[in-house]
Amino acid sequence: MGRKASIKQTEKKLSKAPTGIRGLDELTFGGLPRGQATLICGSAGSGKTLFGAEFLTRGATEFGEPGVLITFEESEQEMARNVASLGFDFDELVARKLLVIDFVHIDRNTTYESGEWSLEGLFVRMGLAIDSIGAKRVVLDTIESLFAGLRDTSVLRAELHRLFSWLKAKGVTAVITAERGEGRMTRHGLEEYVSDCVIMLDHRVHDQVATRRMRIVKYRGSRHGADEYPFLVGDRGLSVLPITSMGLTHIASNERISTGVARMDSMLGGQGYYLGSSVLVSGTAGTGKTSLAAHLVDAACRRGERCLYFLFEESPSQYMRNMRSIGLDLEPWVKKGLLKFHAARPNLYGLEAHLMTMHQLTEQFAPQVVVMDPVSNLITVGTVNEVKSLLVRLIDFFKMRQITAFFTSLNSGNQIEESTDIGISSLMDTWLMLRDHENNGERNRLMYVLKSRGMAHSNQVREFRLTGNGIELIDVYIGQGNVFTGTARLAQEMREKAESQERQIEFARRKHEQLLKGQALRAQIAALQLELDAAEDNCDRLDASEGDWMRTQTEARSEMGRVRQTDANSPSPQQRKKAGVVQKKKG
Amino acid sequence: MVTRKPAAAKTAAKPAAGKRIPAKSTAAKPARKQKEKCLLRLYVAGTTPQSTRAILNMQKICEEYLEGAYQLEVIDIYQRPQLAKDEQIIAVPTLVKKLPLPLRRVIGDFSDSERVLIGLDLRSGLNK
Repeated sequence: MGRKASIKQTEKKLSKAPTGIRGLDELTFGGLPRGQATLICGSAGSGKTLFGAEFLTRGATEFGEPGVLITFEESEQEMARNVASLGFDFDELVARKLLVIDFVHIDRNTTYESGEWSLEGLFVRMGLAIDSIGAKRVVLDTIESLFAGLRDTSVLRAELHRLFSWLKAKGVTAVITAERGEGRMTRHGLEEYVSDCVIMLDHRVHDQVATRRMRIVKYRGSRHGADEYPFLVGDRGLSVLPITSMGLTHIASNERISTGVARMDSMLGGQGYYLGSSVLVSGTAGTGKTSLAAHLVDAACRRGERCLYFLFEESPSQYMRNMRSIGLDLEPWVKKGLLKFHAARPNLYGLEAHLMTMHQLTEQFAPQVVVMDPVSNLITVGTVNEVKSLLVRLIDFFKMRQITAFFTSLNSGNQIEESTDIGISSLMDTWLMLRDHENNGERNRLMYVLKSRGMAHSNQVREFRLTGNGIELIDVYIGQGNVFTGTARLAQEMREKAESQERQIEFARRKHEQLLKGQALRAQIAALQLELDAAEDNCDRLDASEGDWMRTQTEARSEMGRVRQTDANSPSPQQRKKAGVVQKKKG
Repeated sequence: MVTRKPAAAKTAAKPAAGKRIPAKSTAAKPARKQKEKCLLRLYVAGTTPQSTRAILNMQKICEEYLEGAYQLEVIDIYQRPQLAKDEQIIAVPTLVKKLPLPLRRVIGDFSDSERVLIGLDLRSGLNK
């Protein structure tokens, strides 16, 4: 049977039998101790039986380990019917010889005790069941019922002790369920017999909402997660949801997807959100968070992507009507099967059930975009830490699947704005803030990108307007230490326009003035030039007339000399001059 | 102790298989009516001293209180494990009173005959 080999392994490291229960095998680092007994204790309705049922089903179908279910409380038929709700088909497993169910019933009213007895009957039945299919797993649910049927507890205890030794000798991995007792783990102290591994299940009600939790109380020879972990019972079995189950191992995409608002895309580095990132929009009531989500959904559907929308406050019909008022008709997308709504009040069921629904719908619908609106409403069904842990797990889950997740969060008015009611901001990749700005007897919406990991995003506050054609983002007017929005911004803009018009007129006037002045100067320059020309002309003329006069004089003098018969033959002018001088001296 | 095959034991004709103890009339106890014949099955596990003791005790009780009006089958669940399942046997030894109705069970070695009779709901009938 290979049992010897497995014992040899055990010497070094405890051999484990995987339960196949989602999350539990991570917590126990492999499963339950193989060949030993594990005690599952919990109050009524905490999921003990389902735990056992899943342990057997997974063992039979996924790990090739047939199992035996010894049920003390429900008949085979009841059992098969009850686990069918988890998607387990016991009838089929029985038919395939992977499972044997034996209903052990003991009726105290028709059973009397007289003298000594043993539980050999039970042993024989278990032995028969185990050997008939070569079972490796045994579940006893709930063996404590024997205490109700049998009066002689001292004999019963001795027999139980023998039973657990017998199970160990058989080499089967056993799960024993037990009712939780007052002040101790089990009502009848079964923990005395089963001490290798004890798991406690709990079904607690907080604020009228029930949550299931699981805790590994002890696990001899193995490390294990020690906290209380929420778990759910869904239509595919149990899932324990430890925060660490996903890990931070997802691959970050460089792809971007549009926000559905062109101006928003440009605020986020020009391209929008990262594919598979988590986006949070927080703001006070009526700031337009849902509308922003609708734009994202509309844009995604236009690209042919699938969107899953979780509504916690509105019905799909109301939501679509409201979005039509801002020019977004989402109904065609619903008809095309691209958009799926899931509307449920948060307090309809517990957080874990919400988480499970979200997981399941996401797995079924395989969307590219998931919107949760508003995620802050979940606080009504859990504590801050619970909601946060739920969101951590959700975000991990979405990221592993490269789903872009969009969360809206309502901030109550009296709160510091840059935080969220549920303290989830640090989990988000992109955080958009929507804000009310009240001024001048009106309220206006402002939007800014508080953070956006891995992209150069705008640091500007924009006015956020909801119009008949969707969201509009407008630059706010910032001047004199004031931000103007709405009509104040319009007034300021008009004022500015008037001012600039005035300036333009003034400018034109002054320019004209200068032009005229230039023209005048240019005219003056022309006149002066004329004067200058005339003066120069006169000058030339004077030169010429002076020359003429001199020549005339000389000619006249020489003529006179000739006339007075000077002796000099053809005297040179100098001679003539000299003669003149001499004559003058003579004279 | 020899184990007994119960399959054929129901018929009185095979005394070797089923243990049918012939009736003897005793004056001290009022005889039961024929139709109220008691059908008893005793399930034991092997030939342990406990089994032996139970069979002997039961035989004694039957002889004493039900003489002639009973049929006792002894079944070894080691030999017939399927019967242990079908008959809802958990503890051994178990005595099942099939008839007359209501169905009753007594577990133990039947050392306390009074409790056995109470358990089998035969006490009242005997007192009549």
